[in-house]
Amino acid sequence: MSKRPFLGWFASPSILIAFGLTASFLAIIQYSLRAHVPGSLDPGGFTFDNFTTLWHLAYGRAFMNSLLLCIWTAVFALLIGYPLAYAMIRARSGLLRSAILLISLTPLFMGEIVRTYSWMIVLGNRGFLNSVLLKLGLIDSPIGFMFTMTGVVIALVHFTLPIVVVMLAAALSHIDRNLERAATSLGAGRVRVFFTVTLPLSMPGVVAATSTAFAWTFSAFATPQMIGGGQVSTISTMVYQVGFASFNFPLAASLSLTGLLFAIAVLALFNTGIRRLEKYGAH
Amino acid sequence: MKKSLADHLLDWSGRIFLTAILGFLVLPFFVVAIASFNKGAILSFPPEAWSVQWYVNAFEYRDFGAGLRNSLRIAAIGAGIALIAGAGFAFVFQRYEFRFKSGLNAILMSPLIIPNFTIGLGILILTASASLPRNLWTVVTVHVIIVLPFVVRSVYVSLQNLERNYENAAESLGASPAYVLLTITAPLLLPGLIAGGIFAAILSFNEFTASLYVVNRGTTTLPVAMYNYVREYADPTLAAISVMYALAVAVLLLVLHRIFRLERVLNVE
Repeated sequence: MSKRPFLGWFASPSILIAFGLTASFLAIIQYSLRAHVPGSLDPGGFTFDNFTTLWHLAYGRAFMNSLLLCIWTAVFALLIGYPLAYAMIRARSGLLRSAILLISLTPLFMGEIVRTYSWMIVLGNRGFLNSVLLKLGLIDSPIGFMFTMTGVVIALVHFTLPIVVVMLAAALSHIDRNLERAATSLGAGRVRVFFTVTLPLSMPGVVAATSTAFAWTFSAFATPQMIGGGQVSTISTMVYQVGFASFNFPLAASLSLTGLLFAIAVLALFNTGIRRLEKYGAH
Repeated sequence: MKKSLADHLLDWSGRIFLTAILGFLVLPFFVVAIASFNKGAILSFPPEAWSVQWYVNAFEYRDFGAGLRNSLRIAAIGAGIALIAGAGFAFVFQRYEFRFKSGLNAILMSPLIIPNFTIGLGILILTASASLPRNLWTVVTVHVIIVLPFVVRSVYVSLQNLERNYENAAESLGASPAYVLLTITAPLLLPGLIAGGIFAAILSFNEFTASLYVVNRGTTTLPVAMYNYVREYADPTLAAISVMYALAVAVLLLVLHRIFRLERVLNVE
C-alpha cells in the first residue's frame, strides 16, 4: 500500500458532513412515508397516502409550472448568455473582458432577496418599466408582469445568466482558434465559421449550461414566491406552503422527494436526447 | 483586410445587443438605487421628491441589525468549517485512492443538484425527529453543506496547479510529511484557500431558501429578516438596505478580483 499521510485527519470532517447530509435525506424519506397528524408536529404511522395525495390537480399544476419555468429560463438564458460569453472571451482588451465578467456576475452576488425585490420594483404596476412605457406613450395601461409566468421568467433569466455565462465562457475559451483560422483561410465568412466551427465545438458547454440552468431554476424559491405572489405555484413554493402554512411536514417531504426525482428524470431525458442527437449528427 | 458593409453591420448589431444585455443585468440594481431615495412610502418613477429617510429607517430597524450580526457570525463559522472540511477532502480526493472515495464525493457534491429547499427541509426534519435543539449551529450546518461543493472545487483546482516537485524535493532531503505540508504545501495553496474561504463566506451570507426552513426568532439571518420585511411593509426601507447590501458584496467581489483575478478562479481565461 502506498503512503497516504493525513488521510484520516483530512477526510474525517467531510465524512462527518456527509453523514449529516445522508441522515437528513433519510429523514425526508422516512417522513414522506408517515401519516400527518393534524395539530401535531410529530408524524403518525406508516402510510403511502402522501404520495397518492400528490395526484391532486394543484400539485400537478406546480409540477407543470416548475417544468415550464425551467424550460423557458434555460432557453432565454442560453440565447442571451451565449453572445455575452462569446464577447467576453473574444474581447481584445483585458479591461473589457474583466468588465463583462464582473457585470455578468452581479446577479449572483446580489443575493436572492435583493435581486428579487429589485425586480418587483422594476416589474410592478407602478414600477419602473410600466412608468417608462406609460410616459413614452407606448402603452395605455400598465402591463401586468407581477404575479405572472412572464415576470417570473424575466427574473429567473437574470438569476441564471451568471452561471450560464461562466460555463459557456469556459467552453469557448478552450476552443482552438486555429480551427477557426483554418476555416477563414479556406474562404468561409464569419457567420459561416461561427455556425460550422465555433458553435459545434462549444456544444458540450451549451449542454452543461442548460442542465445547470435547469437545476438552478428548479431550486429557485424566492423568485417564484415573491414575483409569483401565490399566483405562480411551483414545487418549491408548494413545499414551503404545505410545510409552514399547513404544518404538514410529511406531505412536504413527499412533495420535495417527488420533485427531486422529477427533476432528475427530466435532466436524464434531456441528456439522453442530446446523446441521440449527437449520434445522429455524427453520421 | 478591409471590412465589408456586412461586417460593419454585424459588428454594430453585436455591440448594441451586448450593451442591451449588460443593461438588463444591471437594470434592477439601478432601479432599486433610485427607489431607495424616493421620499414617499409609495414608489413612483421618477420620484417626485428625494429623501434619505429610508436609510435611517433601515439602520434603526432592529431585525436588520440582529440579522446582520447572525449572518456575519454564521458566514464566518460556516466558511471556516467548510474550508477545513473542503480543503481536507480536496486534498485526499486529488492525491489518494481510498475506499468509498467516489461515494463520498457523490454525497458531498449532491447539494449542487438537490435544491436548497430540500436540504433545509431535511435538516429541519432531522433535528425535529432526533429532538435536537434548533439553534445557530443548525443554520451553520445547513450553510456548510451548501457551500462545501464550491470550496472543494476551488481548492481542488489550486491543488491541480500545484508544482509537486517542491514537495518531492523537500521529501527527498528528509523532511517529514508534516513538515512538507506546513512549510511547502500550505503556503503554496494559501491563495486558493483564501479565495475559497471568501467565496464560501459570500455564498453563506447570501443563502436564503434553506435558512428560511431552519431559522427561529433568535437565529434569523439578514436575508430572512429582509424577506419578512417585504411581506409586512411596502415602503422603500428594503430598497435602502438592498443598496447597502449589494454595494458591500460588490466591494468584496472587487477586492477578490483585484487579488485573485476572477477569470482564473472561474477557469474562463
